Amino acid sequence: MIGRRKTVTVAALLAAVALVALAVGGCGSKTGSGGRPADTIVGAGASFPFPLYSKWGEEYNAQKGIKLNYQSIGSGGGISAIEAGTVDFGASDAPLEASELDAQSLVQFPMCVGGVVPVVNIEGVGSGALKLDAATLADIYAGGITKWDDPAIKALNPGLSLPASDIAAVHRSDSSGTTWIFTSYLTAAAGDVWTLGANKEIDWPTGVGGKGNEGVAASVQQVSGSIGYVEYAYAKQNGMDWVQLQNKDGKFVEPSLESFAEAAAIADWQKTPGFAVVLVDQAGAATWPITGASFILMQKENSDAARITNALDFFAWAYRTGGSTAKELDYVPIPDSVYSLVEDQLWSQIQAGGAPAWKK
Amino acid sequence: MSTLEWEARLGPEGRRGAAKAAPRRTHSRLTDPLFRWFVTACGAAVAVAMVALSAVLIASSWRAITTLGLEPLRTIPWSPTGGEYGALTSLFGTFVTTVIAMVIAVPLALAIALLLVEVVHPALGRVVGTTIEMLAAIPSIIFGMWGIFVIVPLMQQYVQPWIQATPLGRLGLFSGPPLGIGVFTAGVVLALMVLPFITAVSRDVLKMVPTVVKEAGYGMGSTTFEVMSKISARYALTGIAGAVFLGLGRALGETMAVTFLIGSDFNTLPRSLFDPGTSISSTLANTFNEATDPLHVSALVELGLILFLITMVFQLVAQLWLARARRMSGTRA
Repeated sequence: MIGRRKTVTVAALLAAVALVALAVGGCGSKTGSGGRPADTIVGAGASFPFPLYSKWGEEYNAQKGIKLNYQSIGSGGGISAIEAGTVDFGASDAPLEASELDAQSLVQFPMCVGGVVPVVNIEGVGSGALKLDAATLADIYAGGITKWDDPAIKALNPGLSLPASDIAAVHRSDSSGTTWIFTSYLTAAAGDVWTLGANKEIDWPTGVGGKGNEGVAASVQQVSGSIGYVEYAYAKQNGMDWVQLQNKDGKFVEPSLESFAEAAAIADWQKTPGFAVVLVDQAGAATWPITGASFILMQKENSDAARITNALDFFAWAYRTGGSTAKELDYVPIPDSVYSLVEDQLWSQIQAGGAPAWKK
Repeated sequence: MSTLEWEARLGPEGRRGAAKAAPRRTHSRLTDPLFRWFVTACGAAVAVAMVALSAVLIASSWRAITTLGLEPLRTIPWSPTGGEYGALTSLFGTFVTTVIAMVIAVPLALAIALLLVEVVHPALGRVVGTTIEMLAAIPSIIFGMWGIFVIVPLMQQYVQPWIQATPLGRLGLFSGPPLGIGVFTAGVVLALMVLPFITAVSRDVLKMVPTVVKEAGYGMGSTTFEVMSKISARYALTGIAGAVFLGLGRALGETMAVTFLIGSDFNTLPRSLFDPGTSISSTLANTFNEATDPLHVSALVELGLILFLITMVFQLVAQLWLARARRMSGTRA
């Protein structure tokens, strides 16, 4: 009897090993670059639009039976993935330059617009009470202004009583499209005060790093006397205290979907090569100055026609009918005029299996 | 099937066994080597994985090793955008957080271990011991979240201003604005995370101290404190040192909790313990998934390799030391 039990145990163990091997082998063949399942669109990249893309994916799957598998691995990862051809589309918050797009034979189009919002945690200062301009904000992050009662801040806020506490400037510790948008704004609007350039990662001279929007939000909420910058959705959903910023027209504005949409509407999409539009520091009385678009990247030459057509069908659906979902989740949809430009000028360049992949 | 038939099948080899036992024994004749083969394969797989891991780490960091040479060990700023890959900030943060953690955790762990073994009733000791061991089961990300939501505000509002007000504040170690987030807070939370490992091993080695020796101490008129400090602690010293190395190895590599709390400043060495800094593992956690430049990726892997070597050395020392402790108490007991 003992012998038999042992046999059974060993047989079961061997069967288990065989099953695991089969499962691993099976997965391998499913995710291989050539053999992704036809009813799933695979994308990867920026974390900022992830909530929107996954919600759109759910709705699209319910309507059309096509799944979206979007991996929020960060803009840098999304760019590498589409260059390597391991996904159907990549996503990035920082647009690639037209020359980079040409070199990699990629097309780039905007999918949604959002805003980056400076948030503060200062005792006695409520949401929207503090007013800052680009130069002051830049000087805080450059380490020039270290106390909340600094004369430069006082000058912008004559009626506000500001504590003499230290400023903890919280920034993103990971490489991030949000940092790119934020520093693009400082570069464009703060003049000589900001010398560190616009990039996804910055050699911050001062302050504290937080990982991800959630890391920055948590640090700002827990550390009194802190200032940080997060995506609008994070600030709004976490009930954080944001600041008013002075825009290019000299007006102080509060962040809102309307003030982001204003910036998106004023930008000149048609004349910008590769659609690499930067929406920061736009003119207009009501524009929020730290607005940015999130972009989709696709290859011009593809082998699998069905998959690419699926992806384009999905994006067309999102442009036409996804606007209300976008607003619910605090994103600004792309204006219709921009969508027609995308369809005419960009999607016509995408080939799959030697034929145009997109038919209107 | 008759015995004869079995004999015919098995040949002369099988006949010896068949003569002694029922035919079923043939199963175990097959299963024994099979089982041996299976467990050997499992054991070998671990060794192969270890070697392969080291090989991959070295291969992937080769570009950085050959391009940058010893430069990372001499330069401070870690600035991929500027092409600078200094490992000193990360190394410094790793060591300082570990030292803070050990300074807090070792005395605490020893006190708890002595309490469990020498002072409280064994039943209560088991309950308290299990509770402390359960600390080890808490995922490190939970420690990180608890750290940022509970410990950081406490540190900023009470602990750090209090330390600055005491004579300790004049040392310069604790200067700068109290941010709550930084090297010090990371070290404190790290201390709680390594506490269960040091406590558990120390308790076990303290238990191995022979009762006769302790009773002899009491017989000489020693107090409990004297027996603990002069007999138990000295007897178990080697084992306790091993426990400390074990905790050290864990503290060096801890990632998530430290990443949440250390403040991630990659460019400057902290001027005080309250300043933000970075550790090797949190630099990796923060920047690895967005690194695209091959040299950047390679330099990050090299950081990982350095951490791997450091923790391996500490683990080896810990294992050797513990083995020695067990051997010594084994012969004496």
